[in-house]
Amino acid sequence: MKLSKKKLIIILLVLCVLIATVPLLMNRESEFGGADGQAEDLISEINPDYEAWADPVMEPPGGETESLLFCLQAALGAGVFGYGLGVLRERSRKESKSA
Amino acid sequence: MSKRQKLVFRASILVALSLGIAPVTSAMHIMEGYLPLSYCVMWGVLCLPFLVYGVFSIKKQLKDNRRLLLIFAMVGAYAFVLSALKIPSVTGSSSHPTGTGLSAILFGPGATALIGIIVLLFQAILLAHGGLTTLGANTFSMAIAGPIVSFLIYKLVLKCKGSRYVAIFLAASLGDLFTYVVTSLQLGLAFPSTDGGVFTSIGKFMGVFAVTQIPLAIIEGILTVIVVIALESFAKTELEDLGFGRKVREVE
Repeated sequence: MKLSKKKLIIILLVLCVLIATVPLLMNRESEFGGADGQAEDLISEINPDYEAWADPVMEPPGGETESLLFCLQAALGAGVFGYGLGVLRERSRKESKSA
Repeated sequence: MSKRQKLVFRASILVALSLGIAPVTSAMHIMEGYLPLSYCVMWGVLCLPFLVYGVFSIKKQLKDNRRLLLIFAMVGAYAFVLSALKIPSVTGSSSHPTGTGLSAILFGPGATALIGIIVLLFQAILLAHGGLTTLGANTFSMAIAGPIVSFLIYKLVLKCKGSRYVAIFLAASLGDLFTYVVTSLQLGLAFPSTDGGVFTSIGKFMGVFAVTQIPLAIIEGILTVIVVIALESFAKTELEDLGFGRKVREVE
């Protein structure tokens, strides 16, 4: 990877971190709950009689277990992605050596 | 009980209700049981042709070129990671990106429908996030409508001789945003407001979902550009096989 590309990637990553952290600083009161929770409130506001007619098959007992499962999802994804990238990198390194 | 005590008591009930009884919420798909049955069926049925097309499409792509399997797995993994990240937004609530734009750009919207439904199934079954009854509606928004928009924008920007990275950024971020516009439409249609009907409701749900999503859509756009830069460096042949390199040359 060229140096200029590396620089570009670092700048872009910093930008992402900024976009994600600025709301946290701007909005100190909020707990940053899920947007779907707000939608639930909105549904009961529009139609107070509506009741959810199905329950999740399996509900994590609490926030901790839920964050564990979300971590697992991200870790699985990151693992596969990283493995793939590693394979590709090694291959392109060998190719450029033999070329 | 003094007035103050009553207030504290009521507040504690409120907290208990919101934390205990209301499901501990996480980001942004339509929640289990929160869409009337007829709508669940309708959206589910609408998804079917896209999913069937998706199976054929990816089967053909992988049969023609086995080496694309690794890239396809990576693209799916990317959607897995991104849809697990609940990121705070300017509205004071959190939501997560979709991660489906990359797949739409590289493999087309058909294959993306499959990736999307796998992510949604995982979250609905294990995480109580989204839901099986609302799977059809969520698949339609995140795995079909959003990716189609991504795909079209990507092609459009390239056709207008726009830069490739700009095309990827716009495709991924607008596809992400459109997913939540569709979610708002779905909820608005199912829950018309008494004072103004469907459109008022759609507007309200947009206020919740779409506005929250704007900064996240930008993040998804940026991350997708980064991933493509990485793939370009290490997997040039595969990208060319996917028609990526050719289009690049046409543009440049």
